[in-house]
Amino acid sequence: MIEKIKTSWFSNVRGDILAGIVVALALIPEAIAFSIIAGVDPMVGLYASFCIAVIIAFTGGRPGMISAATGAMALLMVPLVKEYGLDYLLAATILTGVIQILFGIFKVAKVMQFVPRAVMIGFVNSLAILIFMAQVPHFIGINNLTYVFVAITLLIVYLLPRFIKTIPAPLIAIVLLTAVALYGNFDLRTVGDLGAITQSLPSFFIPNVPFTFETLMIIFPYSLALAIVGLLESLLTASIVDDMTDTESNKNKEARGQGIANVATGFFGGMAGCAMIGQSVINVKSGGRGRLSTLVAGTFLMFLILVLGNLVVQIPMPVLVGIMIMVSIGTFDWTSFKYLKNAPKADAAVMVVTMGIVVATHDLSKGVIAGVLLSAVFFVIKISKIQVQKQIVDHSTVYHVTGQLFFASVDNFVDAIDLTDREGKIKIDFSQAHVWDDSAVGAIDKVVLKLSENDNEVTISGLNKSSQKIVNQLAVQRLNTEVVQEG
Amino acid sequence: MYQRILLAVDGSKHSERATEQAVAIASLTEGSLIEVVLVADFSKAKNEVLHSQGKEELEVARRKKLINIEKIIQEKNVSYEVNILHGEPGPTIVSHANDQQFDLLVIGSRGLNTLQEMVLGSVSHKVVKRADCPVLVVK
Repeated sequence: MIEKIKTSWFSNVRGDILAGIVVALALIPEAIAFSIIAGVDPMVGLYASFCIAVIIAFTGGRPGMISAATGAMALLMVPLVKEYGLDYLLAATILTGVIQILFGIFKVAKVMQFVPRAVMIGFVNSLAILIFMAQVPHFIGINNLTYVFVAITLLIVYLLPRFIKTIPAPLIAIVLLTAVALYGNFDLRTVGDLGAITQSLPSFFIPNVPFTFETLMIIFPYSLALAIVGLLESLLTASIVDDMTDTESNKNKEARGQGIANVATGFFGGMAGCAMIGQSVINVKSGGRGRLSTLVAGTFLMFLILVLGNLVVQIPMPVLVGIMIMVSIGTFDWTSFKYLKNAPKADAAVMVVTMGIVVATHDLSKGVIAGVLLSAVFFVIKISKIQVQKQIVDHSTVYHVTGQLFFASVDNFVDAIDLTDREGKIKIDFSQAHVWDDSAVGAIDKVVLKLSENDNEVTISGLNKSSQKIVNQLAVQRLNTEVVQEG
Repeated sequence: MYQRILLAVDGSKHSERATEQAVAIASLTEGSLIEVVLVADFSKAKNEVLHSQGKEELEVARRKKLINIEKIIQEKNVSYEVNILHGEPGPTIVSHANDQQFDLLVIGSRGLNTLQEMVLGSVSHKVVKRADCPVLVVK
């Protein structure tokens, strides 16, 4: 036990501290920008990033992964904040955490790993599109100077990393362009125009909402959506970190950890968050591997806000917009176009539908649920294709059935058999088929009954062991089955 | 002469040609061993995880990149082992090469992603510059 704590915390102290500092620097602009997307003060996102990172460092199931306030979660909160205000958001955040803890305990998290990849690709793409769309009101049609600042920011964030690798380019862009904006006294909107920064540590308080069933009904749909989306992104991120570091992680523990972090965040005035793909990749690339890196990222972020809070409000909005455009370009999966062309039509359709629904509803969870349902339907259609080949051998008819016989494929099976045959010998060969359920047995029953009524001699053959068992249990007709030996 | 050969590959045509040369050199020396190294690039991790349904499929996708290379080595009956590393290709190959004693490092002159090479410089160039052992870059 102590050995385990030692390796997950102190096996990579130097790398973890350095990477944690880099991540903290990269987190600040994002935490502020995501708060603005959600429609709350920047402090709500900054407190969230601090609390979530610090708590998940202890409770998470994936050491080295960075969790904080995220775009995916911020986008879901917009209507709640607009209609009911911050306190309801905090209450929803706590409930989100509770749901996630339950998901972790009942091992739902493990199941969420099986969300089809077409849905996940649609998920990240629509997230990218929504983050970009959220920036539009902050830079289109304000003034020409805004466009210039956005463009310069983009140049810096894309070109600078080639020359300076240690300091995150977005931070350099912020420091440099904030200085330029202050010095030149330009007419630009700043973070301060959209909310206040308070230089104090977060403190514990209970959200000011009436504790009624009505409140619960308001926040529950949001909390459920937040819980699902948060876990989905966290589990995807965990798999990415697993792959990069070539290690395993505990997905159910991660779900519980995310839940605990969100409950605590809600009580300390922060908005719900989850794992961040971009920041976790930065962390691993910068040498972060252990829990210490996440802890350092959170605490250093808070330290910076306490020291530099005054300057944060001076950051020009176009710079943040530029950084968010970079984040959205980085989030989008650019190989999707190739995927659309090469993947099976059904998968491509699932991806497009997922994206379409998210962009239309601005709700990631709706897109994911629709995508999962659609893939399930496509899966059923795919495996319900059953082939029945008719063959005439020595005056007797043989039907070769190939495929899965179950509720979705029984119609095709029944249609393929000529029930008007009379006074013949008919054999139905199931050696390339599997009989799954009551409907399948019912269909076989019906076919045999009809054929027997027409004075045919009907034989069923080639049922594999489990098909034989279900047929024996359920068949009403006393089917004349040939038992074939295995092998 | 060349007992332990490190062969860095990425599944491209260039790395297949590099494999042919490595095999030719290895078969000159009795008891030589080729260590084939494929680096799973950090910057592609998100993309690769997103496009595979689970760990196993990802593993298979990576092994597929090695099939042709393993075939070339097997044809000449040279003994070899395969290693998949994770990181940024250039530095990862260099540190792997320098951590252990290799008599020769063989690498293709360019890999799969030409656009990236134009911007960031080729992996083989970085390896030549920083590896301690002799390096053979195959055109």
